[in-house]
Amino acid sequence: MTTELVTRRPPIFKLGSVVGVVLLIIAAIFALGPLLWTVTTSLRTPAEAFTNPPQWLPLHPDFGNYAAVFQQIPIGQFFVNSTIVTALIVAGQTITCTLSGYAFAMVRFPGKNTIFGIFLATMMVPLQTIIIPVFIIVNKLGLSDSLASLIIPALGSAFGTFLMRQYFMQMPPELGEAARIDGASHFKVFLFVYARMASPAIATLAILNFSGFWAEFYRPLIFLQSQSHFTLPLGLVGLQGNLGTGSISIVLAGVILTMIPSVILFIFAQRYFIEGVTAGSFR
Amino acid sequence: MSVQTQTRETARVPVSRRVVRRVGARREARREGAFGYLMISLAVIFVAVFTFIPIIASLGLSLFSWDVITPPKFVGMANFERLGADGSVLQSFGVTLVLAIGIVLLQLCLGLGLAVLVNQRKKTWSKTFFRTTFYLPLLASTAAVSIFMGYLFDAKFGVFNYYLTSIGLPAIPWLTNPVGAMVTMILVTVWQQVGFTFVLFVAALTSVPKDVLEAAAIDGAGPARTLFRVKIPLISPTILFAAVVAMINAMQLFDQPFIMTKGGPGTATTTATILMYQAGFQNLQFGYASAIAIVLLLIILVITGIQFLAARKLVFYQ
Repeated sequence: MTTELVTRRPPIFKLGSVVGVVLLIIAAIFALGPLLWTVTTSLRTPAEAFTNPPQWLPLHPDFGNYAAVFQQIPIGQFFVNSTIVTALIVAGQTITCTLSGYAFAMVRFPGKNTIFGIFLATMMVPLQTIIIPVFIIVNKLGLSDSLASLIIPALGSAFGTFLMRQYFMQMPPELGEAARIDGASHFKVFLFVYARMASPAIATLAILNFSGFWAEFYRPLIFLQSQSHFTLPLGLVGLQGNLGTGSISIVLAGVILTMIPSVILFIFAQRYFIEGVTAGSFR
Repeated sequence: MSVQTQTRETARVPVSRRVVRRVGARREARREGAFGYLMISLAVIFVAVFTFIPIIASLGLSLFSWDVITPPKFVGMANFERLGADGSVLQSFGVTLVLAIGIVLLQLCLGLGLAVLVNQRKKTWSKTFFRTTFYLPLLASTAAVSIFMGYLFDAKFGVFNYYLTSIGLPAIPWLTNPVGAMVTMILVTVWQQVGFTFVLFVAALTSVPKDVLEAAAIDGAGPARTLFRVKIPLISPTILFAAVVAMINAMQLFDQPFIMTKGGPGTATTTATILMYQAGFQNLQFGYASAIAIVLLLIILVITGIQFLAARKLVFYQ
């Protein structure tokens, strides 16, 4: 049946396929072009960085810009700051969201649906709407202008709870019931039966949080004042401000440096990045 | 389901044992309840203190006038009245809405088009190549993207204008003209975010059942007809989800205009979130800024509601 159909209209099929490939390649050029330009321009000397035509192949790569980034800004410090903030939020949310997601999926307790409903409702609210009260609370807690001001408010998450709950909902309740009859406590059932099965969801949540908080600009911009506490995106914008348009190749070297951790993680955990995109949709 | 099993069991047990069991069950339920509260306690504390209470506080603050230094003064709806009468606020919300609609439409169309084309590729390596390629921009922070895009779109020295002029087209005042700046914001945002929509749509298209497509082919439907009459209706729930998420994000556009144009030229790209930032954290008008934030929240809720209403007619659930 299928062969008959294919033989009936080969020319259109072929032509459509060729046009499709051409369109995809054009799109790929537009997607990769700006990134490639950033890499190659970061390898040109500051003097020739803004001269056109752009140099698409770094024939005489000059790594001086990368050294210059370290002289211009304490990028090592920014790197450490970003790592501390991101790692602690990832670790914190892994714990709080796994615990709460499991309880909302598997444990019976009064008021469960109401509390979960409130969680869901808060997911719709944009960060901008709550930023002023959060800013005030952070200051009242004596955390202003510190890395803790970024970390502590982000340790719990309604979305993360929702994500983990969805995953635990798919698991068979019989396993836990069997372990309960064998005398395991509720917490042991959670820890030794279900939590270890949840590692794909935990990985997805961790990657989502990494991408989100490693790249975060808005909260650091508002919460941090001293340069020694800056995270990478904020430090990068500061570098651009310091240098103006004079030496863009140094700024671009900074851009590339901040991207390296994400790219490395992407190479090793690509699956969870892709999973993270679809994770939020109601399946 | 477990409730049913319980009743079925109790029916078989003698009355005396049933009472013991019921007491035991009650104790067990209480213990399970306590365990549940303990498990959610951490998340509840953090979400309550840093999300739920701030929502209420924001609503409250919007009714006050507060410059942070002197004590807050209750002003009722005055902030909202001032907001409605302020031309720059209305313009800012208009800018936000235009940018958001532009971003969402372009992102959905481009994401869907690319997903359909990639879905037609037979070889796994070519699928993987294009998927990685279109996802790559998402690995950079919006701050990083705004910085290098700012250079690429530079009117005098930028690469885009260099290529435009070298093929005889006029240079475009990307960031120096109000309309140009808005177009640039849309292009830069879509360039980075399209991979998100694309990945969603590829996943949805892959899950379209093969037999449905074969049935369409047998009925003589060509590629275009299959796409518009079969594939798109089948993935319409995903399209709705992508549209809602993209719209909520686009209404909060901040990093790109803040870094690339500082909201300019003039106030051409001063989005609602930039306006709120200026009011709150530069002019220290916390009450007024909260009012802007509340209006933004309401607009987002209304738009999401409209999207779901429109979806009732357009989305096809299996």
